[in-house]
Amino acid sequence: MTPVRTATDASSGRVWKKPPFIANPWVRYGLVAITLVYLYWAFSTLPFNWERIAEGMPRALRIFGGAFPPSFERAGLLWTGFKESFQIAFLSTLLGVFLSVPIAVMAARNVAPLPVYLLGRTIIIVSRSFHPVIVAILFVAAVGFGPLAGILTLTLYSIGFVAKLLAEEIEEIDWGQVEAMRSVGAGYLKMLIYGVFPQIMPRQIGLSMYQLDSNLRASAVVGIVGAGGIGGTLMNAFGRYDYDFAFAILLMIIGIILVSEGISGWVRKKVW
Amino acid sequence: MLEITNLVKRYGRNDPVLKGLNLSVDGSSVVSIVGASGAGKSTMLRCINRLVEPTSGSIKLNGHELVNLRGSELRHSRRRIGMVFQGFNLIDRLTVMENVLSGRLGYVSFFQALTRRFPQTDINRAFNLMERVGIAHYANKRADQLSGGERQRVAVVRALMQEPEILLADEPTASLDPKTSQQIMRLLQTLASEMSLPVLINIHNVTQARMYTDRIVGMRHGQMIFDGAPKDFNQDALDAIYGGIESPEEDSGEPQHQTAQEALA
Repeated sequence: MTPVRTATDASSGRVWKKPPFIANPWVRYGLVAITLVYLYWAFSTLPFNWERIAEGMPRALRIFGGAFPPSFERAGLLWTGFKESFQIAFLSTLLGVFLSVPIAVMAARNVAPLPVYLLGRTIIIVSRSFHPVIVAILFVAAVGFGPLAGILTLTLYSIGFVAKLLAEEIEEIDWGQVEAMRSVGAGYLKMLIYGVFPQIMPRQIGLSMYQLDSNLRASAVVGIVGAGGIGGTLMNAFGRYDYDFAFAILLMIIGIILVSEGISGWVRKKVW
Repeated sequence: MLEITNLVKRYGRNDPVLKGLNLSVDGSSVVSIVGASGAGKSTMLRCINRLVEPTSGSIKLNGHELVNLRGSELRHSRRRIGMVFQGFNLIDRLTVMENVLSGRLGYVSFFQALTRRFPQTDINRAFNLMERVGIAHYANKRADQLSGGERQRVAVVRALMQEPEILLADEPTASLDPKTSQQIMRLLQTLASEMSLPVLINIHNVTQARMYTDRIVGMRHGQMIFDGAPKDFNQDALDAIYGGIESPEEDSGEPQHQTAQEALA
């Protein structure tokens, strides 16, 4: 056995190259050519006004200069804004996660009949199709300025995200546990509580923590269009050229996101 | 008393997996069902508690017809049929006690199930059974922290919590090491005689089938080709059940009874 192998090895110095990602050379080089042509066209037709960009640079520098040092003088306002943002984020996460459980069950093909599945998927698709800012504009128009619009917006946003991922998690559970619950004579709801929910629980907690994080960030953004919270304070600071105060707000947002990421990471590791 | 008559199961338009099976089991006998993979053993067992829908035929448990039951009638019959699985199928993230009590899910209300407020009689029964198989001290441990043999004991206790009229075991020892699998087989054997419970066991290990069961049923290609006492289960029967089945790893030149002898080992 061994001598034969060495003989073949010596006779042919075989080469190997990783096969190309796209096998057909025409398609491969054609795609590169199309991309280059498109980029050239896009840059040559977009209205870049280099003069105005040159003028704007010093102005940008002035703004950033004005932001230093950040001013924490109006800490009261900062605190009120953040408190409201946190309340919006917390309530909408709670509401969104709570509602996303039944919707996720509806949208999981292995535990829902086809018509229910389609309805569940539709709810998820609709709540995912718009960015929270657009939804916030709609809700501000519907229920007026203030935190209620923010809560409704972020609840919808949470449902879209959490229900979708949870539904995928349900579709991947160990079916044996469900079979065992069916074999003892449990009905549908008992089967869900014993056979399905324990399996998705760690994921559910992880997603909730992540969503709280995400809603905290998003609540600052939807505040800009009038849905309450720190976003409104930030917008006012910009409007009144209080760049130092605006910078203080931004620093606070970064700090809070860092802290909440740390906490949620720790919790997710603990519950597995 | 379990009576299966002319049971047929066909998946889609393929050849039937079960081709008119007849089997009756009475009293507290422990019956092992042997056969190569794909012979239809598992399908037959799952037809009994309707995890698999039979295509036609009749299955009667103590006079009650099980085929064609729907909704709550089906759930009520399932309560009386305990099942033990190869992969244990415990709820990994729940405690041993919750797993054991889940055997009562067919009897308690939804609210009781949700809040884990099971009746005192169920809790007593759970402790008694867990003590009987030696796992009572694990009551508050998470099920996935137990060893394979211990987990299968939990699964057996869960099935017994149902107060079953028959126990089905689908290759209960295939995921266990040889020593543990013998312990589980002995446990099933003694429990069957203690509770005068008929037990049907799908099993690959022919030696264990001979040692721990009262009757061996041999299946091949969806049909029953042997039914008798372990002492009558000879080389001919073994060849009839396993012989001539090609295994992809081996060259075709080998004598066919070689495979059968491996099954014996």
